[in-house]
Parts: sequence; structure tokens; C-alpha cells
Amino acid sequence: MTNELLGIGSMYLLTLVLALPLGAYLARVFRGEKNLLDFMRPVENGIFRVAGIDAQREMSWQQHMLALLTINLVWFLLAMLILCTQGSLPLNPDGNPSMSPDLAFNTAISFLVNCNLQHYSGESGLSYLSQIVVITFLQFVTAATGLAAAVVVFNALQSRTTEKLGNFYNYFVKSLTRLLLPGALLIALVLAFNGTPMTLQGKQQLITLQGDSVAVSRGPVAAMVAIKELGTNGGGFFGANSAHPLENPNYLTNAVENIALCIIPFAMVFALGFYLQRRRLAYMIFGVMTIGFMALLAPTVYYELHGNPAITSLGINQNLGALEGKEIRFGAAASAYWSITNTVISCGSINSMHDSFMPLSGMNQLLGMMTNAFYGGCGVGLLNFFAYLIIAVFIAGLMVGRTPEFLGKKIEAREMKIAVIVTLLHPLLILAGTALAAHTYAGNPTEYAGWLANPGFHGFSEMLYEFTSSSANNGSGFEGLGDNTPFWNISTGVVLLLSRYLPIIGPVAIAGLLARKKYIPESAGTLRADTATFGVMVLTVIIIVAALAFFPALALGPLAEHFGLY
Amino acid sequence: MKTHLLPALRLTLALLLVCCVAYPALVWAGAQLAPNSGQGETIRHNGRVVGYANVGQKFDRPEYFNSRPSAVDYNASGSAGSNKGPSNPEYLATVHTRVEAFLSQNPTVKRADVPAELVTASGSGLDPHLSPAGAYAQVERVARLRKLPVAQVRALVAAHIEEPLIVFFGPAKVNVLRLNLALDSLQGR
Repeated sequence: MTNELLGIGSMYLLTLVLALPLGAYLARVFRGEKNLLDFMRPVENGIFRVAGIDAQREMSWQQHMLALLTINLVWFLLAMLILCTQGSLPLNPDGNPSMSPDLAFNTAISFLVNCNLQHYSGESGLSYLSQIVVITFLQFVTAATGLAAAVVVFNALQSRTTEKLGNFYNYFVKSLTRLLLPGALLIALVLAFNGTPMTLQGKQQLITLQGDSVAVSRGPVAAMVAIKELGTNGGGFFGANSAHPLENPNYLTNAVENIALCIIPFAMVFALGFYLQRRRLAYMIFGVMTIGFMALLAPTVYYELHGNPAITSLGINQNLGALEGKEIRFGAAASAYWSITNTVISCGSINSMHDSFMPLSGMNQLLGMMTNAFYGGCGVGLLNFFAYLIIAVFIAGLMVGRTPEFLGKKIEAREMKIAVIVTLLHPLLILAGTALAAHTYAGNPTEYAGWLANPGFHGFSEMLYEFTSSSANNGSGFEGLGDNTPFWNISTGVVLLLSRYLPIIGPVAIAGLLARKKYIPESAGTLRADTATFGVMVLTVIIIVAALAFFPALALGPLAEHFGLY
Repeated sequence: MKTHLLPALRLTLALLLVCCVAYPALVWAGAQLAPNSGQGETIRHNGRVVGYANVGQKFDRPEYFNSRPSAVDYNASGSAGSNKGPSNPEYLATVHTRVEAFLSQNPTVKRADVPAELVTASGSGLDPHLSPAGAYAQVERVARLRKLPVAQVRALVAAHIEEPLIVFFGPAKVNVLRLNLALDSLQGR
């Protein structure tokens, strides 16, 4: 057990140690200052020339959003086209069929919005062309989209009054060339040297030692898995995602992948501090996020290491913890750590099956996605947190009887309305979706018997998890849910769309509105946002807004199951 | 939107070249220098490929060290866990059956020593490993069926324990395929 705890402790510390300098580096990149990767400039200029883009032209927040939405639409059409025809396109050695339209819709949307919910299994559901041109491509560009949107907000929060907030394409392309591409290349090579395949050959047929005949799926795995983690995408090459021994061969690759998916969300918080030269603010934000993260992590590790009480009562040796759905090479602690990092951060890759975790561990995974702002996804985590910040500033301002201000800008009714809509959208989508599914199921349990793999409270948790994961753009699942049906493909597809773009547009709009306002220098009467007191305030707002809204649903699912089991 | 459409199309084209041609090609080229040139590490025995080092395979014959239960029956053209919830009565009955089956196959093992991993399915359905306890619990059965001294088989397991990463991090484990290969080689099969 000591080795397992040492393993996860050092993973967290190493991420932290690497994220600080990376944050400083990212601030330099996005401010356009001299940095380590300036030799990439010819590549960037080449891209801009081919695209016919003037990367120096400054844009307003509306122009940013228009550029973002337009290019997203292009990617959606490209993805739909390839997924619906992959069966007849090249690079399909295993002869996998084209997707049905509802599955293609769900898959295209899900990768477009950086969610990577998967209602198919990679081995039989995608050709290699789709893996590269749809999946890997979207994993790069959607992560860069989130980063670019976050940088627009950084830019807007500076102490000045302006309409002009930099160039979207500039931030977007630099996110790729200065961070995601070189980072992914490095990670992919580490994976390849540890046994992850990188080949275009199809399945290999072989006879096992015992004499069984099997086929082993392969593919261009290393390239895809690297950006899957680094871009907080999470969609696996194989059905079992990073639990698959070729996608995640050993404890070292597990650590590399786990650090990769945490590092950009960590670093972006520090980058905010360096960019705005408000490092105390960044430490406050990071502190709040870390407290929330640890509060979810500690009980999960505890329950997984102590095993399933129903199996303990069979009187067998459960010293290694709860092992259903877990891999021996990772162990219970690293699986628990992975599951919480992947749910607070909207990555959603898995190295063990969340459906088989203890009930309260499953609840913590749900809570990670329900708050969706403890570190959060590539760029967008910070945007979610920003919406909570605005609400906290407003409430704190009212409590002390001052005009609410954030970083020298007045927060008024318009900004508040947007922030509240964005934060309430999330519980609305999750709870309404789950209610619809539960109502449909309860109306005719025999017709929908294929939906749930588990009876009772746990079955309800499976439906709740699916909508939570969709709305958080997370992508992990309680995979017992039989989700490749028109109901799930379409309902979660719609949730995915709403829950990606509104939470990007909302915070960018708030920031854009604030940027236009007169800058009021700090005085003795200013409510300071970079103090521990204000941190407690933000945490309280997150708990009240995000966590309490979900309490009744959690009581019906994981909490009820817990009290039945223990 | 119209002013952004043409740049969006052209930018997508440029990025397809970078992310879907140049990047995978670089990874592929790098992987050529890796062991087994990016094909995944295979293991040969008696002149034929018997498996991938990292991909678990089914061992259910009693004279081999058995691998863990698998939701996909070790068919590596797919992968999945059981996705059974911890309180599912049907699942708990299955686990109970597995415990009884293990005890009847390994009569010398006490109930309290039956390792949990041998009665629970892995996440991928392709777990290539057992814990040291999971291998040791099967030593007496394997030795009896192969007519080998128990001490010799126990030593073989000990020799196949892979220590945690840099001694300190993560669990120790045993690769089932490598262990069973060594067992076969021992008897000249």
C-alpha cells in the first residue's frame, strides 16, 4: 500500500513542479514575448500564408466567437463526412463499417466539443483514417480552441479599457505549434518506446501458448493517445481506453499520461498569474481548486484501497483493494487517482472501469464533473471557474455593501445574468436529461432493459453519470450503460453542443464587456480578489451552486447504494 | 460568418497537413527506433509468435498459472470490463461461484488466501498480470499437475516478480504469459 500511495503522491508533486515553469512559458508565448520555441515561427507563418490570415489583426470578443464557431462548423462537417463513409475509404485494414447517422452525429459532436464520449469501441467502430483525420485531428484543434478562448479572457482582464482582444487565429495556432504538437510528440515517443503500437497494419492473428486462436488489434495508437491526454480529450483508441495494455503498457506510461492530462489545466492557472502579473490571484485560484480536488481524491483512494465490503464478506484476500474493473499493473490507488484527476479535469479517459468503483468513489467522480472547475479542461476549466468568480465577487460585494468590482472593473447586471445562466445551465442539462431518461426507462423497463447493466440505485447512477459526463464535456462513462441507441446518441449530442459553446461564449462575453469598462485603480475600499478570505467565498459559491443542486440526485444514486452496501 | 468561412476552410486544410500527416509521420519515424519498431512487443516460442508481452491471454487450463477473469474472454480484437456495480447481486453471485471453483481446484489454499484479482474481472479484459500473491496461490496446483517440486515452481514465480517502478512506485506484478512460458521451457515443451 505504501508503494501505491508513494506513486500517486509523486505523480501530483511532479505535475506541480512541471506546471509552474510551463505556466510562465505559456504567458510568454501568448504575450508574444521571446521564448524557447521561437524556431517554430516559420511553420506558423506558413500556416497563416496557406490560410490567408493576417494574424496581427486585433478582434473584438464578438469577432473572436464568430471565428471560433465558424471553424468549428467546418470541422463538424468534415468529421460527419468521414465517419459516415469510412467503410469505403482507405486506411481501413480491419474492414470496419461506416457509422450509422445517429452514431456519427454523436461521435462528431462529442469530439468536436472536446468531450470524447464514445458510444462505439475503437477496435471495431473506426478505420485508421477516422482515428487520424477525425479523432486525432479534433483532439488537437479542440484543445487549442479552448486555450485560445482562455487567452482572450486573459487579454480582456488587463488593467486598461479596450475593445481589441488580440487575434483568435494567432492564439489558436500558437497553442498548437508552441504547446500541443511538441508536447504530444514527446509523449508519443515515450509511449512508443514502452510498447504502445504505432503502425498502420491491421489486426494480428495468432495462436496463444495455450492454443487459443485470437486476433490482436493494433494501429497508430501512440500518436493518438499522446494528444488524447495532453489536450484533455480522453477518447481512447481502444474500447477500454487507457486500461488497455497497449494504450497504457506500464506504471511509467500511466504516470506520463496522468501527468500529461493534468499539466495544461494546472499551468493555465499559473499562466493567468504571469500574464496579468497577478500571481497572488493565480495562487488563490489554484488553492481553491486544490482543496476541492483533494476533498474528492482522499475518500476515493480510501474506499478503493479498502475493497468491496460485499466481497470482504466472502472471506477472501482483498489486500490490494477493490479490483473489479482495475488492472494489476496500476493498482487501486493509481486507478482512484486517475479517476478523480480525469473527472475534475474534463479529460474523461479511464484506466479502470468507473462503473465498478465503490458507490462513494463514483459519487466523487460525479461531483468532479458537476463542479467542473477544479482545474477543469484545457482552457475551459478556467472559464468555468471565472463564472464562479464573478458570482462570488457579486455576492461578496453585496455582503459588504460595496459596488462589486473584479480587477478594477465594475460587475453589473448584464455580466451577472450571463454568469448565472452559464452556471445554472449545467445542473439544468444534467438533471433534466437524467429525469427524461429515468422517466422513459420507468415507463417501459422491458423495452429499455438493454440500457442498464446493473439493477437498482446503481442503474440510476449509470444514467446520471452519462448526462453529467456529457454536460461537463468529460467523456468518461459508467460503461455498463447501453448507450449506442438513438435516444442516447441524440439526447447526449444535444447536451454536448449546448454545454460546450455557451460556457465558452458566456465567460468570453463577460470578459469582453469588462474590458470595455473604465478601469478603476485599486483603493482601500476595493474588495481584494487575491486573498484567502475571498478564496473561501469562491469555494462556498461553488459548493452552493454546483454541489447542492445535485444532492437529491446523488441521494437517489450513489448515496443510497452506499448505505445499502456498508 | 462569411468573412470567417474561407480562412476557416484554408486553415483547416493547413492544419490537416500538420496534425494528420507531419505529426503522425514524425511519431512513426521515431517509433522505428523503438524495440519492435512500433509494432508492440511480441514473444516468440518454438519458432512462432505466441503473444504480445503486454496483452494478456486466456489461461484456464489447470496446469498453467491462470489469468484473471475477463469480460471479453481475452479476445484482443476488442476490450472491455464487466462494468458490474459493487452491489449488483447477480455479479456478487458470480464472484462467489468463482471463489468456490478456485477453492475446489486448489484445495490446499485457505479461503482467506484466495486473491481477489482471480475472482474479479480486469478493466481491459486483457490484463497481462497477476499480483505475486495471485501467482503464489496457484503454485501447489501447478506443481502437482506438472509433477514438479513445489519449491522449484515457487522459485520460478519469485524469479518472475517485476518490482515496482524504481523500487518505490506502484504495485509489484507477475507477467502470466512469461511465467507460463518459463514453466513450459522448464519441461522442454
